[in-house]
Amino acid sequence: MSLKPFNTIGIGVTFSPNLKANIFEAARLSLMFDSRLILIHVGEKTSDKESQFHSILEPFTKDNLEVEIVFQTGNPVDVILATTEEKQIDLLILGALQRENFLKYYVGSIARKITRKAKCSILLHINPSTERVPCQHIVVNGLKDPKTQQTITTAIYVAKALSADKVTIVEEITQDELAIKVEDDKSLRMAAIVKERIKLRENSRIKAIVEEIPEAYTKDIAIKSQPIFGKKGYSIGHYAQIARADLLVMNAPSKMTFWDRLFPHDIEHILTELPTDVLIIQ
Amino acid sequence: MSPKKNNIKLFFKALPKNIFSGFVVSLIALPLGLGLAMASEAPPIAGIIAAVVGGIVVSIFGGSHVTIAGPGNGLVGVLLVAITTLGLESAYAAIIFSGILLAILGFLRLGKLADFFPSSAIQGMLAAIGLIILGKQFHIMLANKIKREDTIDYLLEIPFTINEAIRFNDDGLIYAAIAGVLSLIIMVFYPKIRNKYLQLIPAPMWIVILSIGFSYYFELVAQEANPISPLYMISGIPAFKDIIAELPTVNFGKVNELTFWSSVFALTLIASIESLLSIKAVDKLDPEKRRSNVNLDLKALGLATMGSGFLGGLNVVTVIARSSVNVNNNGSNRSSNFFHATFLVIFIVLFSSQLTRIPLPALMAILVFTGYKLASPTTIRKIFTIGKEQLIIFFVTLFVTLKVGLITGILMGVLVTFLIHIIINKSASLFLRNVLKPNVLMYQEHDNGNYYVSVKHFCSFLNYYRLKEKLDAITENKDVIVDFSMCEFVDHTVMENLNNYRELFIKRGGHFDVIGLDLLNADSEHPFALRRLPVPNIIKSSLTKRQNNIEELSANYSLSYNAKKEKETHFLDNFYFFRTKSIHHIYNKLSTKNSVLSLFDIEFSEGIFIAKETVRTTMLHITLEKQIPEFTLDREGFLEKMYAFAGFKDIPIQEHSDFSKRFYLLGEDEVAIKAFFNDDIIHFFESNPYYHIESNGRCLLIFSKERLASTKEIKTLFDFGKRLKLVVAV
Repeated sequence: MSLKPFNTIGIGVTFSPNLKANIFEAARLSLMFDSRLILIHVGEKTSDKESQFHSILEPFTKDNLEVEIVFQTGNPVDVILATTEEKQIDLLILGALQRENFLKYYVGSIARKITRKAKCSILLHINPSTERVPCQHIVVNGLKDPKTQQTITTAIYVAKALSADKVTIVEEITQDELAIKVEDDKSLRMAAIVKERIKLRENSRIKAIVEEIPEAYTKDIAIKSQPIFGKKGYSIGHYAQIARADLLVMNAPSKMTFWDRLFPHDIEHILTELPTDVLIIQ
Repeated sequence: MSPKKNNIKLFFKALPKNIFSGFVVSLIALPLGLGLAMASEAPPIAGIIAAVVGGIVVSIFGGSHVTIAGPGNGLVGVLLVAITTLGLESAYAAIIFSGILLAILGFLRLGKLADFFPSSAIQGMLAAIGLIILGKQFHIMLANKIKREDTIDYLLEIPFTINEAIRFNDDGLIYAAIAGVLSLIIMVFYPKIRNKYLQLIPAPMWIVILSIGFSYYFELVAQEANPISPLYMISGIPAFKDIIAELPTVNFGKVNELTFWSSVFALTLIASIESLLSIKAVDKLDPEKRRSNVNLDLKALGLATMGSGFLGGLNVVTVIARSSVNVNNNGSNRSSNFFHATFLVIFIVLFSSQLTRIPLPALMAILVFTGYKLASPTTIRKIFTIGKEQLIIFFVTLFVTLKVGLITGILMGVLVTFLIHIIINKSASLFLRNVLKPNVLMYQEHDNGNYYVSVKHFCSFLNYYRLKEKLDAITENKDVIVDFSMCEFVDHTVMENLNNYRELFIKRGGHFDVIGLDLLNADSEHPFALRRLPVPNIIKSSLTKRQNNIEELSANYSLSYNAKKEKETHFLDNFYFFRTKSIHHIYNKLSTKNSVLSLFDIEFSEGIFIAKETVRTTMLHITLEKQIPEFTLDREGFLEKMYAFAGFKDIPIQEHSDFSKRFYLLGEDEVAIKAFFNDDIIHFFESNPYYHIESNGRCLLIFSKERLASTKEIKTLFDFGKRLKLVVAV
């Protein structure tokens, strides 16, 4: 499995109270991944703005961070998407919003549109801070999906870069997969047997994926797998919250039709209530 | 021996006691069937037909084990409306259609339907049904037949009827009223008499036997006519051969009328709710702890209802009272239901002419008593103790059901419950935004195999089925922990159901613990009261089940218990674990007399700046008698880094490579720690469950999970601490 490293990291910036924190987070990540940083600002280019960005970035440029600032006017969604393709950005960082007086985060309408359309990986950041918050525990999905191998590999690559200690691969076992409806003692016993079988099968599948990843990456990281029973795409967020993960890594959604938006599932649920930072791998 | 053979052998072994319990049940089913049918204004035999068809069909095709099927109390109100508005022949058609709908519910696996109704609303509906039965039959019991439009009028006229009965002049009526009153007295006082010979025959059967005996006394001994007015005797019980020969005509002419279908839906709704509630209740009584297949039962009940309708019988439902009599008389499988039907057939074949000797008021006294049981003041008192808001739901459902009808009543109950939930939370968005979210997560914990279920946002009758689905998938001999700490609101329906689960798990050797409720406030002291996030203006708060259990535990272990939040937490400050965390408070504190061991729930957050979630966990704090080195013992490596800042490093213990492999032992003073970890201590850690342990020199801090402990885990933790203290003290 070839790993797609993050060579270019992009972030959309506006002049909000969070500006400094946002740029700090992006710059720190760029240094850790050893990648180029592109700041995208939707608006007119003025020397005033430019110098402000540069002054914030100063502590990082000293560490040889390669930065480019893009100014462009227009619709924020279009501008950011266009720049992402033009500059071949591998990872786009978007900030999340916080619900009034609760510790609950969600993705605003602009960021949500970008998330749906972007062709690169996306990091949804819930709580930017100027000081580094160590990332210790990463939760990654282990769905049975062609994209999963890439996702798990990337998650471990990220864990290595952020020097996280623990990666939990979560297999979501849905009710449909069980195929047996529990109605009485007999069907309960059957369901328990089927569940156990699915668990073993899933574990060996995950194990096979992990074994393909070069040992250099997996060496210092405790990799665990945990089967959970819940709704696909949603319960993993719930789990990340309980396990108090610092980062949740997920597959990009495969299809997005009108119905999916009307009856939200998979990733859409996560976007309305971010459990933690979420990285969507494309 | 193959299990199959074994089953057949067991079945035959259990046959005699099932025949006996079937017999006892049929003794109650006979008078009840006649009475329920007459209360619905159907021919009396219709109730018996329903019981016979139900007993045979459900015992063959059903999915439950010890339930009895037959005509139900709940349906009296609906059947009465159906028969009076549609006429008997069209009502049979409605019964047949409701049977079809019931079977469809079973095929669609809608056995969970009953979970969508708030329990106080169901209570209100049942009480209304009870009042309908009581209101109407009370007059007949006192030999004063009246006809009113409204059910409430029947209730209001009860005093007039009593007044009338006292001034009766007609001897026939006086005797009829006396028969009714005596029967009621038998029903009321029968359970209070403890005589094993008297108790052999159920009270309703005593009434039947005594009244038939009374009638024979006048015929054979006194050689007189029965003094009870012939108007108040049961009439129209056909001989057995007539039932077969003269099938009633079923009139499908009204299928395109709205009233027909509203009757069909009402019949289906009440039949399914009554059956599902009864099955759930009877499953709790089953001594063999089996789980019923409710969907299969619904299909069987639907089939039985269809058959019963064609033969001129009423709806067939699962009935709680007769089922519990079945369990009490050692009925152990479905054959007792079959035998109850068989005995009913025998009674009709042999004694159908004798049944006309039963006075109507005597039979109606039985119904008045059952109606009173459904709407008894104890129910209302029980609901009141749970909370005033439940009483509102109860009475709204009750009055709307009496005034308008059953379907409108239960829907109003649901609506009022929802509105009350919105008012209590001062937010509709909590419900609207989250109702469609799959808010329940379940997984099996790695280290101990416990099932952990976490519920988010809110949990009420609206989304309880999601929690139920998960809980049903767990075998009852496992340990389950339900965590509500991410929930803002839990309603009474859920609390009550969780309590049922708790009983079920305990009965079957498992463990069922609910955590995270201690944070939510309740308005009443009742353990089933609804709970929500604390609002400042509420001062009163009550203990949760978990807190009560802890309190009980403290009494057993002679510890002192304090449920209140304590802000004084400085004794924890010099533990490295709390270096980057800010402690909010500790609560649910258990401590020994001298405060050497103290166990508490603690709430802390990790750093102010990071604004991460708050964490709640359970910890044990031990004050030691001697100075020991500072160290941290942990199984997983992820705390290693944190302690590395403090200059700690992993210390290998040479002679115990297994111990070194399994645990990370960190500390500054390597020599002292190596000396401290002697063989005894290492063996202790190797052979006991894993905990995170930290020493700050004078005290030990012990905990395991980053969530609150269940009561069972509290006991284990406490025991571990006590033994560790002994080992360390040596």
